[in-house]
Amino acid sequence: MTDVQTPVDIEASLAGRKLTHGKLPRYTPMAVFVGSLVLVGGLLAVLGSFSIPLTVFLGVLLHAVVLLVVTRMVEGGRAAKDRLATTLMYSAFGLALIPLISLMWTVLQNGLKRFDLYFLTYTMRGVFGGMDAGGAYHAIIGTLEITLFATLISVPIGLLTAVYLVEYGPTRLGKAITFFVDVMTGIPSIVAGLFAYALFVLFFGPGVRMGVVGSVALSVLMIPVVVRATEEMLKLVPNELREAAYALGVPKWLTIVKVVLRTAAAGIVTGVMLAIARIIGETAPLLLTVGVVNSANFDLFDGRMMTLPVYVYRQYSQGFAPNGITTINYDRAWAAALTLILIVMLLFAVARLVSRFFAPKTGRR
Amino acid sequence: MAKRLDIKDLNIYYSDFLAVEGVSMAVEPRAVTAFIGPSGCGKSTVIRSLNRMHEVIPGARIEGSIALDGENLYAREVDPVRVRRQIGMVFQRPNPFPTMSIHANVIAGMKLNNKRMSKKQADEIVERSLRGANLWNEVKDRLNRPGSSLSGGQQQRLCIARAIAVQPDVLLMDEPCSALDPISTLAIEDLIGELKQDYTIVIVTHNMQQAARVSDRTAFFNLAGVGQPGRLIEMDATEKIFSNPTEKATEDYISGRFG
Repeated sequence: MTDVQTPVDIEASLAGRKLTHGKLPRYTPMAVFVGSLVLVGGLLAVLGSFSIPLTVFLGVLLHAVVLLVVTRMVEGGRAAKDRLATTLMYSAFGLALIPLISLMWTVLQNGLKRFDLYFLTYTMRGVFGGMDAGGAYHAIIGTLEITLFATLISVPIGLLTAVYLVEYGPTRLGKAITFFVDVMTGIPSIVAGLFAYALFVLFFGPGVRMGVVGSVALSVLMIPVVVRATEEMLKLVPNELREAAYALGVPKWLTIVKVVLRTAAAGIVTGVMLAIARIIGETAPLLLTVGVVNSANFDLFDGRMMTLPVYVYRQYSQGFAPNGITTINYDRAWAAALTLILIVMLLFAVARLVSRFFAPKTGRR
Repeated sequence: MAKRLDIKDLNIYYSDFLAVEGVSMAVEPRAVTAFIGPSGCGKSTVIRSLNRMHEVIPGARIEGSIALDGENLYAREVDPVRVRRQIGMVFQRPNPFPTMSIHANVIAGMKLNNKRMSKKQADEIVERSLRGANLWNEVKDRLNRPGSSLSGGQQQRLCIARAIAVQPDVLLMDEPCSALDPISTLAIEDLIGELKQDYTIVIVTHNMQQAARVSDRTAFFNLAGVGQPGRLIEMDATEKIFSNPTEKATEDYISGRFG
């Protein structure tokens, strides 16, 4: 006990160890936010240059500064930093939402004009100029069939690849596969289309146009996504479950099928859905391999098919009609875009249900 | 049921690293054999090599022989899957299958192997195994709930029920109580006492009181230093090991004067 503390030191250390500190009321951030908006808005109005974006931008800035200063004075430095970080995060969130909401709004606004049962059930057969007719039935059929077939090709290949990579280990072959899967992720979609076309030309001669060529092109894009997603999911399955199954005398392949894949099923379903969402809007490879057509074609293995993205492109590129409803082509393009978004949303809703069904039962409900 | 294990000149490797060297011992049937020793001395490695779970780890291999009633488990024509059907294992952390109900977890050994059985048969096995694991009364009204809805101690007993449902000859337990509270530990120790009527049991434990309470024979493992292989120092009747061990290292360890 050589070092004797002076009374002043004790005072200071006690002050630092107090458990309580000033606390702002809970509504402070909200109040400051509204106050800043009103203040900035009023000021701009007085200056005669009022606009909503500018008000929001400057308002948020003022809000951040005022809140920082007020919190710093009342609650201390750490709380002030916390408030600042909160403001930053909410701003980033808001910023990220703007394009999404704006996109949805634009598509809904433009798409709803022609989006109805007629649009969903009629093709473009015999429709020309500004006729008040025509729908995307043939394009919906084409998109669904081609995407489904691409999924049928990609999921088994992708799943088995991922199983090999995770369960049969980091061999030299495994590393090579991982590398090429990564390379495949970066293949431009038009190149995938060219590849599929060139492949089928070998068998059917030049000028081949079939839905299945498009499916092959899309599966080139889809396989790496499925592999990556499934791989991550399989890695999440605890090793203890594999060992538990082995210790019960279950062979490796049954362990993989009934324990590993089953446990990861929910995540795999989500991964496959993301892969589908990735490819369902592809335009370039389909334009190249499947072509354009105005009537419904249900046969994947014979002749051209229409797909929704290509339909959107086709309609839009036709521009204003010379007579009748002059904007009809644009309206149809937006309605088809809306249809595509709705299909993707529907698929995700179904996937949610499926993965909830497969999810490991947890907790004590 | 209940067969004996004879281990001879066992060396166990992880790739090039010799983890355990020169272990020879006999594991008697219808008795509990406990493995004790400091961390890293190779007890878990030895117990995992007894049902060929060791080789699941990439690069892991053994030398020497382990015989189940005279039959070498590591002979070339032996299928490790068949070995594991006869020598069951319970792990340190309870690991029920999260996608299965309690009922399905118990019969997982059959279910996962695509064995066909009637519902009545399955129910019988479930009840017998859960009774065997002292869990039946606690879960009989909620067999369709997920296995993960049970407490840690119950989950571990569920894993024991799952292991005995396939009627193995030997039951290996790798620190089965280290994640459990004293009450669950007691329940499992009582269970081990009952199970030894029918099974050969090998248990790894860090808890020397537990080894003294449940086992008939005790094996003490030690290692000379970091990076050195673990060795079997001595093995004898449990009373002898804990009252009058032959080796000084054993006495130092059990009396807490280790190192």
